[in-house]
Amino acid sequence: MFTRKLLQAGLLFGAIFTTGYLLADDHEGGGSRSLAPVTQPKWQAECASCHMLYHPGLLPERSWRKLMGGLDKHFGENASLDKLTQQEILQFLVANSADHNGSRRSEKIASSIPAQATPLRITETAYFQHKHDEISASVWKRPKIGSQSNCIACHSGAEKGNFSEDYVRIPR
Amino acid sequence: MTKTFWLILLILSANAQAASPAEALQGYTAQAKQENPAYKAPSASKGDVFFHATHQLGNGTSVSCATCHTANPRQPGKTRANKEILPMAPSANTQRFTDAAKTEKWFRRNCQDVLERTCTAQEKSDFIAYLLSVK
Ligand code: HEC
Ligand code: HEC
Ligand code: HEC
Repeated sequence: MFTRKLLQAGLLFGAIFTTGYLLADDHEGGGSRSLAPVTQPKWQAECASCHMLYHPGLLPERSWRKLMGGLDKHFGENASLDKLTQQEILQFLVANSADHNGSRRSEKIASSIPAQATPLRITETAYFQHKHDEISASVWKRPKIGSQSNCIACHSGAEKGNFSEDYVRIPR
Repeated sequence: MTKTFWLILLILSANAQAASPAEALQGYTAQAKQENPAYKAPSASKGDVFFHATHQLGNGTSVSCATCHTANPRQPGKTRANKEILPMAPSANTQRFTDAAKTEKWFRRNCQDVLERTCTAQEKSDFIAYLLSVK
């Protein structure tokens, strides 16, 4: 019981620390091309059991708010969380979202989305479509890929926010 | 009335600390007996049927627990988004049913997705009994 409390305190401290670190990083390293790797224990534990972990810098704040507000009907599946965990993850996603993290890549994603649109998918954005317009439909359906949403099949560094051309490899 | 309340609380708190599949099974069995005094003991064969039974959803698709977890619980399964799910049988994956909050969370989600309702404690207890029986 005591060790559990200690562990919880540790997790909380870790979360506060990483958030603080990221915010500080924003001021100093703003404008960098790639998405900075981010960590948050609840996000990592809850948002990667059904698919890869999508970097918060891939969608704007309004998208994350809408997505996190509808977890009980998440793309046809129930991904609901308890209120506290849901709030904690939402805060983290918002703080590092495409309109708040300061990287060039995020700025481009955010500006490719019309102001009145709130996409729930990264794959819906004009930025994504444009970057992948040379990949044919049959490639997306390969067994090792499955769909456009499975970034990590081709971008091995996707969960860390690394989409650099040097790390792209399309599996056969 | 208050007696039942404390009993349920006791079961829930015992449940919340379950750290092994056997303890998880015990917790759900106790809860099942509370819900239905005629329930005697968990049944692995009923759990087997429950695990493989397909259900027709409102939108026309058929789904079962085995859709994602595969028909053989010693094998890894796959989510709809193409991510691997580690085996469900504790004999093939020692992490299974060692975190009561996690177990409850997935029962809540997956029962809603497959059965379009919550699962009873009896179904949960039979389900775990079946998975424990798979060697
Ligand atoms: C119960 C399973 C499940 C859980 C848990 C889950 N998701 Fe999903 N998610 C899905 C499914 C299914 C899709 C649709 C995938 C597809 O179409 O290939 C999806 C798609 C997404 C997409 C869109 C990807 C795209 O196509 O651009 C985002 C973003 C997303 N999820 C974020 C999250 C976040 C954040 C969490 C944690 C709070 C989360 N998911 C937890 C099942 C889940
Ligand atoms: C079928 C493999 C594949 C999948 C799956 C895939 N991509 Fe890509 N992606 C590519 C290829 C190929 C390129 C082009 C690389 C180049 O410029 O030569 C690319 C380019 C990109 C770029 C631009 C890189 C740059 O610096 O110009 C981004 C950002 C990107 N992908 C993000 C994503 C995201 C986010 C997902 C998942 C939602 C995803 N990709 C899924 C293959 C894939
Ligand atoms: C759409 C895919 C899908 C279906 C259908 C599905 N599950 Fe799951 N289930 C998952 C995923 C993903 C996990 C979490 C991954 C993990 O724990 O490795 C999971 C985990 C679980 C767990 C947690 C086990 C533990 O370690 O404590 C239980 C319990 C569970 N499922 C029960 C069920 C039952 C009962 C059904 C049928 C009524 C079912 N599932 C159907 C995807 C599914």
